[in-house]
Amino acid sequence: MKTAVIVFPGSNCDRDMAVALETVTGRAPAMVWHRDSDLPAGTDFIALPGGFSYGDYLRSGAMAARSPILRAVAEAAARGVPVLGVCNGFQVLAEAQLLPGALMRNAGLNFVCRTAALTVENSQSLFTAAYEAGETIHVPVAHHDGNYFADDETLDRIEGEGRVAFRYAEPVNGSARRIAGVLGDAGNVLGMMPHPERAIDRAHGGTDGLRLFEAALGVLA
Amino acid sequence: MKVQVHVTLKPGVLDPQGKAIHHALEGLGFAGVADVRAGRFFELDVADDVTDADLDAMCAKLLANTVIENYRITRA
Repeated sequence: MKTAVIVFPGSNCDRDMAVALETVTGRAPAMVWHRDSDLPAGTDFIALPGGFSYGDYLRSGAMAARSPILRAVAEAAARGVPVLGVCNGFQVLAEAQLLPGALMRNAGLNFVCRTAALTVENSQSLFTAAYEAGETIHVPVAHHDGNYFADDETLDRIEGEGRVAFRYAEPVNGSARRIAGVLGDAGNVLGMMPHPERAIDRAHGGTDGLRLFEAALGVLA
Repeated sequence: MKVQVHVTLKPGVLDPQGKAIHHALEGLGFAGVADVRAGRFFELDVADDVTDADLDAMCAKLLANTVIENYRITRA
């Protein structure tokens, strides 16, 4: 399994993501700089990490979504390569229109940093197949712009298509219909505000994020 | 040539920042403000041969996120 973590100026969860990927696959990911125009040959899993790419200039994720490497990420996604965007990575994928909707300033205006309870809505996707539908998991959130917005028609559509992967069990940031994670139309792109890579080690308070990586990286026993 | 671009949230998109600014105005004793919507303003200095279509593309591709925002272009 060859994995890659895209690194933007201002990314700050790239190493956490790398640790998660290496823990699960036994192999360190390629760290790919935003100005590269190609992914390493044979990359079969791409992660966009959390952070504040380009200092959140213009809008969170807006500049990163127009960086050279995103064209390669979009091409890989179109070929079916799994792409996981966490926190700022979700914002980047939404700005790049690889996922529907937008992430706006939290409704309470405050940065929210705590462990959130999530409900697994879709346990059939390649990222969520190791969870039970309706299961509650606990995963840290840490964001200022996590308030998911899409128009009602889009929300109805993605709900109808089973593309809401996770919902907050209680309101966290004002997200429409408490949506915490969204799948792309082909099911191989997942964006989520909570940080599964921060929930893979018991010493850090929980391991509920581990199964996401195990499922997506195909290493389930 | 100077071009001005106003980016505003679409009607119906909640604006927590505008709401907070509204509350702050009320806190300062300014009465009679019914609502505040926050937006963004850009001033571009462009060559004369930049077309309206170019400007429109700049807004749609980068300056505004058309999922949540509208934009208005004014040539000065």
